[in-house]
Amino acid sequence: MSLVIRNGTLIDESGERAADVRIADGRVVEVGADVAGDDGDDVIDATECVVSPGFVDLHTHLREPGREEAETIETGSRAAALGGFTAVVAMPNTDPTQDSVEVVEFVRRQGERARLCDVRPSGSITIGRSGEQLTPFAELADVGVTLFTDDGNGVQDPQLMRRALEYASGLDVTLAQHCEVEALTAGAVMHEGECCSHLGLPGWPALAEELMVHRDIELVRLTGAPVHLLHLSTARSVELVRAAKADGLAVTAEATPHHISLTDELLASYQALYKVNPPLRTMADVDAVRGGLADGTIDAIATDHAPHTPESKEQPLDAAPPGMVGLETALGVAIASLDMSLSEIVGAMSWRPARIARIDDEHGRPIAAGEPANLTVFDPGHRWEVVPAELASKSHNTPFVGVPLEGRVRSTILRGELVVNDGRALR
Amino acid sequence: MAEPAGARTGARRVLAADDIGRAVTRMAHEVIEANRGLDGVAIVGIEAGGVWLARAIGAAIERIDHAIPVGSIDASLYRDDIGLRPVAPGAVSDLPFPIDGVSVVLVDDVLYTGRTVRAALDALADYGRPRAVQLAVMVDRGHRELPIRPDYVGKNLPTALIEKVTVDADGVVIESTGGSQ
Amino acid sequence: MTPTPSGGSASLLSIDELGADGVARIMDLADHMAEVNRRPNPKVPALRGKTVCNVFFEDSTRTRLSFETAAKRLSADTMTFAASQSSLNKGESLRDTIETIGAMGVDAFVVRHGSSGAPWMIDGWTTASVVNAGDGWHAHPTQGLLDAYTVRTALGRAAGFDGVRIGIVGDVKHSRVARSTAAAFAALGADVVFVAPRTLLPPVPSMPTTEDLDGVLDDLDVLYLLRMQRERMTEALVPSLREYTARFGLTPERAARLADHVLVMHPGPMNRGVEIAVDPSELPGAMITKQVANGIAVRMAVLFDILGGGASLEKGAR
Repeated sequence: MSLVIRNGTLIDESGERAADVRIADGRVVEVGADVAGDDGDDVIDATECVVSPGFVDLHTHLREPGREEAETIETGSRAAALGGFTAVVAMPNTDPTQDSVEVVEFVRRQGERARLCDVRPSGSITIGRSGEQLTPFAELADVGVTLFTDDGNGVQDPQLMRRALEYASGLDVTLAQHCEVEALTAGAVMHEGECCSHLGLPGWPALAEELMVHRDIELVRLTGAPVHLLHLSTARSVELVRAAKADGLAVTAEATPHHISLTDELLASYQALYKVNPPLRTMADVDAVRGGLADGTIDAIATDHAPHTPESKEQPLDAAPPGMVGLETALGVAIASLDMSLSEIVGAMSWRPARIARIDDEHGRPIAAGEPANLTVFDPGHRWEVVPAELASKSHNTPFVGVPLEGRVRSTILRGELVVNDGRALR
Repeated sequence: MAEPAGARTGARRVLAADDIGRAVTRMAHEVIEANRGLDGVAIVGIEAGGVWLARAIGAAIERIDHAIPVGSIDASLYRDDIGLRPVAPGAVSDLPFPIDGVSVVLVDDVLYTGRTVRAALDALADYGRPRAVQLAVMVDRGHRELPIRPDYVGKNLPTALIEKVTVDADGVVIESTGGSQ
Repeated sequence: MTPTPSGGSASLLSIDELGADGVARIMDLADHMAEVNRRPNPKVPALRGKTVCNVFFEDSTRTRLSFETAAKRLSADTMTFAASQSSLNKGESLRDTIETIGAMGVDAFVVRHGSSGAPWMIDGWTTASVVNAGDGWHAHPTQGLLDAYTVRTALGRAAGFDGVRIGIVGDVKHSRVARSTAAAFAALGADVVFVAPRTLLPPVPSMPTTEDLDGVLDDLDVLYLLRMQRERMTEALVPSLREYTARFGLTPERAARLADHVLVMHPGPMNRGVEIAVDPSELPGAMITKQVANGIAVRMAVLFDILGGGASLEKGAR
């Protein structure tokens, strides 16, 4: 018994073509016009839909262990599957931190138990993300961790970051940086500029991000070790990365759906829904980040899915935690916001992040016979608006209410198994 | 009587400027007569419509006899419909003379439900204890909702509830508002 | 700016939301209230049956007393909820607190909160009116209104402030007073300049700025001194209070230069010897006690406006 996807347009790294796909035993077994099927086959009619490699999110906060009231690995995986993601990199700022084999293995096992998405735990760069002592990179790499980050915080100490890069350089892993010089953001709530001046809110200068982007680019130049820059939000950051890439440095970068669509003016509502780290910036920054994605300076779209309970977001801006959920809206925001071809958008959501996460042996693969069947079927023309209460994520802190979205996931196939069909999770 | 300017919209002028002038003079005489002179008499117009009329009556009294104190009072902070409809005060009360032991002639342009006069009586009480309070109005249009009656009336003018009465020195106009109030 | 639902609101959250017309309306109403306050029995029945609850999450005895006096002079009933934010964090959420008090039957909340924007959140949770009595660095609209009213009465400028030059001196960045007072003055047509070092200005100031107090002093009609918090030194915003006073304080030398018609204002409480190094009672134009007295009239005007006057009835309709 197999699964057949008919009448869709296939998009993968090799290009775009109309073809049917037959899947069996977790793999693509046949691609071509009018693929034959048996009576017992499940059939997906993908008319007017794109069939692509499953999306890969480099930046997901699943909150488990520690903050299960906001999200669990199961609910977060379901949200991911509904968003078309077949793999997510789970950020390490759990409680306890993902800095040991035990915690990392727990996260992976919970992901396997949910069987909705490939949950790839990241490791922290420093123990407890406290910026003092290195996490045992090799121990974690041995159990499959490929990406290390202290996300939630940046590594403040340049000497420590240099040592981390040098030590990790032989281990075939990627270090990823949350770029924020904390001395410049103490107490900050929103982007520093005209809006914060007016609203009487402490400002978060663009420089706080750019200084660390610059520092880490120079550390890459010094050490030769690669760095992935998380959630870039400012025009100058994009310029710095563009120049670094022109110099041939091993720098990659990502941008979030909210930083390509929303601006700091939304904070005038004083709703903590719009508080995020890094903060929403100006329209000029949004345009620059869009431009960075369009010319490949920014490699990937990553959600920074950050669930928070209603109680925690129903606080004044300075007290509320930063973060927004994003898994289920990422594609719709990306297509609606970016002046890029579908092929480029899919690339930024699939094979390019798969490579950065070093999971491109299973994800972001070409759609061809013999390849792992991690696939997404989406309708790129479907216009919709998000309804928070209908989100599968345990938390509903989406900033996209009332924002027109374009493109919606129909089906997600994880290792040959249909986990989302007709926009509904099957488990 | 002048042809009403707004005849097409149902407005009709029931008193002209000279009618008003004659009524003011008559009421001035009546005030002097009723008080047996002008000792301890003051005139207080109710904001906003009663103030010009109070000044007119005061001027008439001065022409007939001698000047007496004329003031104004804004009763909006004493109204009983605060919170039911937006209440917007007129000019600030101006009572530059003590009213203790004085016979105050309250003046308003139109006497209708009596609620404004009730509010003005309360307002007046916050300034002192008059010996007596009398009421002068240019038009009494009926429909009282409180036990209040005028002492001096320019014109008794039966009206319907849907009608609006406008009084100024040029006369009195009644127009239909075309619906219930 | 928060969008206002219908060009007006039964809450007073900021000068921006009130608008120039609203500022003028409050000024006119304050004349009535000042007249009430001049009477031997300064009390009117206007808000009989209404309940005003002061909810202060940050201590401010003077503002709370001013609102309480204002409410009582309008015959409203008053309640006070004083909570330090730390005790709130231990359990009940801000929303639960507001909903609980609201259930007791409150017509207006007067809210002071250390977080910018908190009154906006509270306004969304209650059908009662909300008066912002100061939120974070953001806004303190009744202070702005009472300052404007003080200038209006002292200069006899009922028609507006065209051509009036006002210097607001000091820590504009962290000051809700500066934001609201500048907005109220500007709404009435005044020319406002912020006088402060760059470290004490917001990133993008809403008014022209200068660091040179002596350069503008002779041009001013109103010298408005802000309170200088001592902790600003530890944040490396100014090197020392001595240097601050020398550059931005009202020193005896500067006081001697002031023309008699120049109004000297301060929101209180004053740091004597810091922003004001002279005895204000010896300044002909000192308005500091007048500001306090006018505060009651203006807060009466605000409470009446939202609960009975021109702005009332709108919140229920929106």
